[in-house]
Amino acid sequence: MKEYLDLFCIFTRIGAVTFGGGYAMLPILRKEIVQNRGWATDEEIMDYYAISQCTPGIIAVNTAIFVGYKCKKELGAIASALGMVFPSIVIILIIAMFLSNIMSYPVVQMAFAGIRIAVGVLVVNATVTLFKKGVVDKSTLVIFALVFIILMFTSVSPIPVVIGSALIGILLKAREGK
Amino acid sequence: MVLFTLFFEFFKIGLFSVGGGLATLPFLYDLADKYTWFTRTELVNMIAISESTPGPIGVNMATYAGYNAAGILGGVVATMGIVVPALIVIISIAKVLTKFKNNKYVDAAFYGIRPAVAALILASAWDVIQSTLFRVDKTMMEFFNWPALIFFAILYYLLVKYQKHPILYIALAAVVGMFISF
Repeated sequence: MKEYLDLFCIFTRIGAVTFGGGYAMLPILRKEIVQNRGWATDEEIMDYYAISQCTPGIIAVNTAIFVGYKCKKELGAIASALGMVFPSIVIILIIAMFLSNIMSYPVVQMAFAGIRIAVGVLVVNATVTLFKKGVVDKSTLVIFALVFIILMFTSVSPIPVVIGSALIGILLKAREGK
Repeated sequence: MVLFTLFFEFFKIGLFSVGGGLATLPFLYDLADKYTWFTRTELVNMIAISESTPGPIGVNMATYAGYNAAGILGGVVATMGIVVPALIVIISIAKVLTKFKNNKYVDAAFYGIRPAVAALILASAWDVIQSTLFRVDKTMMEFFNWPALIFFAILYYLLVKYQKHPILYIALAAVVGMFISF
């Protein structure tokens, strides 16, 4: 029971401070799940995140469900998903009921300008770690560079990119095996 | 009755929107036309609030839309509607993955996927960084947002040096932001 509550609380914390989409949750996820508890590895988190991009639903919620399932099967998945959405429900309901013009206060806007910088720092730092874990040889460096260029300069969605990378991985390993 | 319809509509969105929070937008526009829950103009406000409050954007949008449609219970029901299909789909995939854990094709696929994920995240990071640290619309002299760049460097140093919980850095940045205009 304690583990379920623990999962719920971890994802409540993550949901409460994840500003700006699924990728912003990774630094906190790494800290809580990988470094503090050792419930999953960096590689596993990356795999979950990649699959979450290509499956229906919200990336952050999908990643939470994966981690929850890895730790504590179906009930862990449910506890994690509920934890992830709990802060959203509370915060958005409060804003909808009482503070629908909260974003028009200058002090709030200024705080958010600061938060965006912190989010940038955290995400860049997470990218450095994930780069070290994912780019292990020349082939993976080429994949990294290609994907980055495609995403920056075209409007291709992440789904064909992730599926394409998987196929390239299989082809490369198949050639190595021969 | 409205609660049932809400759950069903958001269940459909959860099942068919692939690729993150903003992928739910076309579906929400569709709802604005189909029901009287919210208008297209209200939807724009919802996007602004969802994007700037914590939590995944798709979840925030569901809660806000559900509240607009049917009050507090509506907010909860719409959010559950979007989460339930994810639970079903992801648990099924996780089961298959556990089964094929040391399969060499699965391993090879992830060998290709991992560098792609690092690039995906770097590309998203660039979106955040360029809008906060640089002013792309300005001339050379004003191109760099110096206070933001310096604060970025300090925070990065503090993060690498002390490795504290990310929440601390977010809170610190919020407080600093209230006093220094970035």
